[in-house]
Amino acid sequence: MRIELIKRKEHSQLMAMLSPILAVGLTLVAAAILFVLSGTDPLLGLFKFFIEPLLDVWSLQEVVVKATPLVLIACGLSVCYLSNNWNIGAEGQFVAGALCGSALPILYPEFETAATLPLMLLFGVIGGALWALIPAILKTRFNTNEILTSLMLVYVANLLLDYLVRGPWRDPDGYNFPESRMFSDAATLPGIGDGRMSIAAPITLAVVVILALVLSRTIKGFEIRVMGESPRAGAFAGFSRKGLTLFSFALAGGLAGLAGTMEVSGSLNQLLPTISPGYGFTAIIVAFLGRLNPIAILVAGFVLALSYIGGEAVQASMGVSDKIANVIQGLLLFFVLGCDTFINYRLRVVTSRSSGEKAGA
Amino acid sequence: MRVGEQDKSSKAALSGSPFGREEGESLLEARGLTKRFGDILANDQVNLRINKGEIHALLGENGAGKSTLVKMFYGSLDPDGGEILWRGKPVRISSPGEARALGIGMVFQHFSLFEALTVVENIALALPNPGNMKLLAQRISDVSADYGLPLNPQDVVADLPVGIRQRIEIVRCLLQEPDLIIMDEPTSVLTPQEADRLFLTLQRLASEGCAVLYISHRLEEVKRICHHATILRHGKVVSECDPSVETPSSLARMMVGSEVMVVSQGALSLKRGDVRLRLKNLSSPALTPFATALANIGLEVHAGEVVAIAGVAGNGQSELFDVISGEVPVNPDMLEIDGQAAGKRDINWRRKQNAAFVPEERLGHGAVPGMKLTGNIVLTRHATRDGLISKGFLSRTRSSTLEKKVKTNYDVRMSHDDPEARSLSGGNLQKFVVGRELDRNPGILVVNQPTWGVDAGASALIRQALIDLARSGSAVLVISQDLDEIFEIADRIAVISRGQLSAPENAQTMTREKVGLLMAGGAEAKAEAL
Repeated sequence: MRIELIKRKEHSQLMAMLSPILAVGLTLVAAAILFVLSGTDPLLGLFKFFIEPLLDVWSLQEVVVKATPLVLIACGLSVCYLSNNWNIGAEGQFVAGALCGSALPILYPEFETAATLPLMLLFGVIGGALWALIPAILKTRFNTNEILTSLMLVYVANLLLDYLVRGPWRDPDGYNFPESRMFSDAATLPGIGDGRMSIAAPITLAVVVILALVLSRTIKGFEIRVMGESPRAGAFAGFSRKGLTLFSFALAGGLAGLAGTMEVSGSLNQLLPTISPGYGFTAIIVAFLGRLNPIAILVAGFVLALSYIGGEAVQASMGVSDKIANVIQGLLLFFVLGCDTFINYRLRVVTSRSSGEKAGA
Repeated sequence: MRVGEQDKSSKAALSGSPFGREEGESLLEARGLTKRFGDILANDQVNLRINKGEIHALLGENGAGKSTLVKMFYGSLDPDGGEILWRGKPVRISSPGEARALGIGMVFQHFSLFEALTVVENIALALPNPGNMKLLAQRISDVSADYGLPLNPQDVVADLPVGIRQRIEIVRCLLQEPDLIIMDEPTSVLTPQEADRLFLTLQRLASEGCAVLYISHRLEEVKRICHHATILRHGKVVSECDPSVETPSSLARMMVGSEVMVVSQGALSLKRGDVRLRLKNLSSPALTPFATALANIGLEVHAGEVVAIAGVAGNGQSELFDVISGEVPVNPDMLEIDGQAAGKRDINWRRKQNAAFVPEERLGHGAVPGMKLTGNIVLTRHATRDGLISKGFLSRTRSSTLEKKVKTNYDVRMSHDDPEARSLSGGNLQKFVVGRELDRNPGILVVNQPTWGVDAGASALIRQALIDLARSGSAVLVISQDLDEIFEIADRIAVISRGQLSAPENAQTMTREKVGLLMAGGAEAKAEAL
């Protein structure tokens, strides 16, 4: 008996829909096994991890707060991945954007006008975009592998942040703690409700809608999809491969930088040695779970945000390490990519020569 | 000398074979062989018998099931029904390795050679027990010289022309001393003279008792060298014959099942107008180590005429196409479109000047495989005045209208509405890709391999459309490896060889022999003499 993968003539619309759902299902099963292995009740574990956070207003708000940067970054990454540019360094672009956005309130704390916040956001976008353009230019000029360069720049950005908050940007009144000064009100994103939610959420929603329109309805979206699938055909259509590499990296970096600035300005209100629980990396999973489609990415962002909250919940209430959140995120990506195989292939089980005939017929 | 003798003896075999075929010793026999792919019966109860020492032609249009049948003989596909007999005994061939062990060798249409390695290294990689490399190199020299296909074992494949590369595949096959060699379109990459040489080798093999299963579209050569022919249509054997007593047109009729439309030069006679496309001292360096540099190419294509560029594959055709289309820029003066210097202009500027281009590779160059046809309409027509884009937004209704228009006017057949490009058959996709450009009524049309892998009916349709377009006042440049096609449609013919182009000559005065000599390097000599 052997199992064969047969290429489909066209990709299956049904599997494209089912694949993420199937992947979530398989992840739940794998998570249950993990809970059993760590000696806890699997059903209770799943409940605490995936369901309980949704039953409480406070944790629901936290889910939104965490989903916001994930969705924003994943939207930018989807443009990269659709056009076959493997930007793995959104985490670094997030940090670089946050640094540029924070420069204004940290270096000029007295500058408190209505223009402060828009300028910060703008600097954040530019900072993230410039950081992302480094691997893009290296790729277009010297043909370097953008997976490596963008990833390595994450560590550079993190160390730069660490240096700044311990050195030049340390709060002079902060008792030597490695933190920047707190931002003024003019540099803080307006909140929504009484929790930690800010206008970052509606801004993200607007980005999702605009990007969805651009990708599905405009010539730019067409260019992105064509170049991703078939660069030669893209050149035949008159599109520039290098131009699109620069564009997609700048866009992804800009959105990651925006997310970084909004995170610092809206949630943390100061720079810390660590400002991201790995949003830039988790967003890769969000992008793929969301089929590289902005609307679906919105849903996927909530699922992954839930895994952060769920991880904290099972650690607090059941004593399971919150590293389980990372494991579950990894499993999810694994299953998504695995299930995606069936969009272009179908399975055939061949038991013997005679049954091969039946399967063929 | 020796080759001449072999030739004579095989002629004797040839004259003897059509008679008493049943008495011949059967080598490979297929009985009721059936293979199904989804809803399609690719092979339906196929019976075929190859005798020892016989050159057996397998004929049929694209999609008739030739490749499927051959793949079952070579062990790369499992039959769903029927049986294969080898020397009278039923066998199950479940892998190419088993096929080779039985004594079945295959020379593929597309070579699987590593360009950066030498001849002997490539052959060693393909043999189960290559043994000592020095001895192997010696054997390669001996065997290849013996069969009139001399090879230098130490040559690097990248430096060799396609004809020689094919020899490597053949010699690799011969080293395993097969009893049956399957050849898929072996002459499609050869000059007429190279093909003649191959035929001598095949006849020599046949005279030694080795059978050849010969797949070809070229009916003239089938008539010339094959002892027996089996004709497939829609997966079924429709007839068997002795090709030496048939004519190419009677063979074509058996393949297609009806009369093939004859391409006519059109009611309007050739009226040559102004030069619309001019190449002047066009040179372009090779962009990759395996590409061909273009040197000093000069050509003028006038309104009203079809100019064809013949040549063996890999002599700079695709590089020339990329330069003319604008995918690779050159100095502005090297290329003129309707009198305007255009060497540095991009492809969409050229399209706006009413030029249109059809590349050789349909999937991945001319069309995006996973994109629907409506999307593929946008691919080449978004920049022209087709109303597909307004303020950056795509018009879905417009692209769908155009897609339907191309579909009906050029008879593109599809299983359901607006499928992905990759699900179309080669011929139908070619009709779509050509039709997409013809639909614009371009003033200049450049086509690379217009009917590569397209069945006879669709080929005639495309060729007629090219002639009609030219007669309506457009300049048409066709790059093709198919000499039959070139002589059918061209008003003037030039030949490309190693990146150099011969001076174009009127089709009436050009002969196949002349083209053959130019293909084999005469074009360079002429270009150098100039």
